[in-house]
This record gives sequence, structure tokens and C-alpha cells, in this order.
Amino acid sequence: MNEGPQGFIRIAQPIKGLAQRFAYIGLIVAAFALMMLGKVDIVLVERARTTITDTVAPILDIVSAPVTSATAFIHRVEGLWGMHAENQILRENNERLMQWQALARKLEAENKALQKLLNYVPDLSVGYISARVIADTGGAFAHSLLLNAGKRDGVQKGQAAVTGEGLVGRIAGVGARSSRILLITDLNSRIPVVVGPNRTRAILTGDNSDRPRIIHLPPGETLSPGDEVTTSGHGGVLPVGLAVGVVATVNENGASVEPYVERDKLELIRVVDFGLSGILRKQVIEETPVSATYPEVQAVSEEKTGAGEVSSEQ
Amino acid sequence: MKPTFGQRLDTVTRNSLPVLLTLLLVLLNVIPLHIPGLSRVMPVLPLMAVYHWAIYRPQLMPPLAVFLIGACYDVLSGTPLGVNALVFLIVYGVVVFQQRFFVGKSFVVVWLGFGLMALGASVVSWILVSILAVAVVEPKAVFFQFILNFSFFPLLAWLFLYFQNAYLKLE
Repeated sequence: MNEGPQGFIRIAQPIKGLAQRFAYIGLIVAAFALMMLGKVDIVLVERARTTITDTVAPILDIVSAPVTSATAFIHRVEGLWGMHAENQILRENNERLMQWQALARKLEAENKALQKLLNYVPDLSVGYISARVIADTGGAFAHSLLLNAGKRDGVQKGQAAVTGEGLVGRIAGVGARSSRILLITDLNSRIPVVVGPNRTRAILTGDNSDRPRIIHLPPGETLSPGDEVTTSGHGGVLPVGLAVGVVATVNENGASVEPYVERDKLELIRVVDFGLSGILRKQVIEETPVSATYPEVQAVSEEKTGAGEVSSEQ
Repeated sequence: MKPTFGQRLDTVTRNSLPVLLTLLLVLLNVIPLHIPGLSRVMPVLPLMAVYHWAIYRPQLMPPLAVFLIGACYDVLSGTPLGVNALVFLIVYGVVVFQQRFFVGKSFVVVWLGFGLMALGASVVSWILVSILAVAVVEPKAVFFQFILNFSFFPLLAWLFLYFQNAYLKLE
């Protein structure tokens, strides 16, 4: 700020030229045109988006890595403080969970026996693709993440993105080496869900707040806080039974849901391939073992996550 | 006297500094910081850069660059394409055409000016995104984002002024 007014007038002068003004107005019109094109959602716009995302993905990949490790380090140091108390809690939890595990084993065996009795056709097995979050596209207007895995890793549009806690969102765009997740809290997110012990069907819709809302409840159905929300699998886009969250508040306009997944803690995400992409493919899957249908997915998930993550037993 | 190749390269590099810095901010804006609650209200860093350079070095931040920076930000942040391209252009236009108002004013005036611009930018984005999504965007987060925009500005402005004084001095 140490220039005199002379300097300013000299640099401001060319901007006021007629040609500059026309260029400026032309660009304003172009911005509106972009909005229209984006709204119509033509292939060209989609391709431009993925090209730009793909180009910067390697840079974001490199830059975001140290930030992620730094955060992990801070968490570790924080963890040291409450370690003793936490150990105590974990030990108690462990004891309790052991009992649950025994129960689960018993139920699993029982379930298998009953399925055999009924000639039940099991759900399709899944393949996982693990990827790192390289961008959290901050802001009040869009809730999405970028991942460092794309088409070449087997990611496809529409697949579910999950963590151990539950559903994160859906793949909304795929480039060669990057992909975009539309979070369940985004304004454009619509997820078919079932709610509560009655398994009431509804739609979970984001509004860019951190609590998505439940809409399209069947008439006469009521919800109460604490009801579990899971995906319903209707529409064949997402698989059945992925945990989403719990109903937090209920009012006359609907209910809001507290998601299980905490957006700010997301570092690694698993993209789930449930093989729901079409009738043709489904037939193929039913006839052949999963490892034969998805060799590349299996390979990727094993390579990236270790064998423990893959649950592909029929 | 004709400048040598080295001198010309030096000038070009210096002159492209504002645009390059702003593009860098577009990238920095989307790095996941894992700070609870921040990502929803992350300030729009390139907006501050566009505002700053529109005041101090408008000839180094041409309208086309502003448009492209806005479009890049739209693509990376996932906002509807064109929204920030338009918002950045409006802020840029208002500042450049009201150059006289900003000339030689103290930092507080520039800061308050940015406050007004950021408020306008938030309102315009809110209206545009709501129209394009055919739904009302929750205004609370938008408001907090504006507050953060306003409070982050001095920090970035200080950084820009440093670059400006070090590399972009007017002769």
C-alpha cells in the first residue's frame, strides 16, 4: 500500500477500455452459460470436470498426505493422555463383546442351517476398493470428497462409499485416477432407507447441514428419536442394510438423522462393489464364483487393504 | 534498450505470480484438514485473492483469469459449475470499476470493503445454488462461512502484501 494515487490511476486505466468491458460482460454471460450446461448435465461438462479433477489429483495426493499424517500424529499424542482410563473401558468392552461374538457365531450357524433348509439364494458377495481421501471440498454449498482411486482401480459411478462406521455417500463422478463422493449430507443426495423397528420405508435427503432429513414417509407412520436408519436397497442403486445413522430429532416437518460417519475424521474409505449394476451382470455373477467375475477388484482390495478386509465367502 | 531473455522471463514470472498464487489457494482450499466442523464452513480463499489483486494489481489479474479460477474452484469444490466463476467476476468487476473508492485507503477500509463483497458473494451464491438445486440451502452454514471469510482476510492480505512488496513493486 505504498504506491501513490498516480500508480493506481495508471493501472486502472486500461481496465476501463471498451474492449475490456465487452470481454468482462462476455465472461459474465459465459458463467451463466456454464450454469445452464451444468444443469442440463451434458457429457461434455462431466468430462471437463473429471479431466480437471484427474489433473490435480496427483498434486492433491501428495499435499494431503503430510496433513493426514500430522493429524494422525496429533491424535496419537492426544491418545496418550487418556490411555489408562481408555484401557479400562476397552477391557470391559472386550469382555462384553466376547459374549456377543459367541452369540453371533451361534446365530450364524443357525442361520446357515435354516438357509439350507429353505434353499435360500444368498446375497451377492462384495468386493472392496480402498482409497484415501485427497480432498474435502469444503464450503457451505457442496458436500463431497475426492478419492485417489478411479476407473483404473475399478471404481464406478453409483457405488457406495463406506467406512467401518457406516455409509459415507455415493460415487458421483469417476475419472481415470480420481473419483468424487457425494456425501449423504449434500443437497443433491437422495438415499432410499428403512427406519426403525417397523422398517418404515423413506428417503434420506441432504440439505447441506450436517444432519440429513427423512422425507416421503408413508402416511400414518411415525418415527421416534433413536430409531436406526439403514439403506433399503430400493431402486437397486445401493445394497441393503448399510448402517447410515440414528434419528436425532422429530418434528412436524420430518425427522433429522445423525449420521454414524464423522466427516472430519475420514481418511481411508472403502468403495463397495455389490455387483448391482445390471441384470446381465447379475446373471453372470450368479453362475460364476465372485473371484472369477471380479479378479481386478479382488486384487486391488487385497493389495491395498490386506486380506482381512475382503469378505468374499459364498 | 531491449531486455534480455532472462529479464523478460523474470518479468513474466513475476507478473504471473498473482494468478498462480490464487490457483494454489484453490488447491489448498480443498485439502482435508480433519478439523472438526471446519469443512462445512471452509472460507473461500481464492475470493480473497481475487479481491486483493483487483485492488492492487488489476492488470495482472485479467477477467479471463478470474473466470477460470472461479470455474476451477467450482469443479474442485463440487459447487454447480459457473456459480463461483460468476461470483468472482462480480466481485472483481465491482472492485475494478470502483477503483477510486479503494485508492490509497487504509487497511481497515479495504478489510471492511471485503466484508461487504464477501457478504454479497455469500448471498449471490446462496441464491444461485438454491435455484440450481431447486431446494433451499441451509443458511446457517453460509452465514458462518461468511464470518470465516471476513476473519481470514487480514491473514491472507498480509501474505499478498508481502509478495507484492517483494516481487511486484511498481517502478
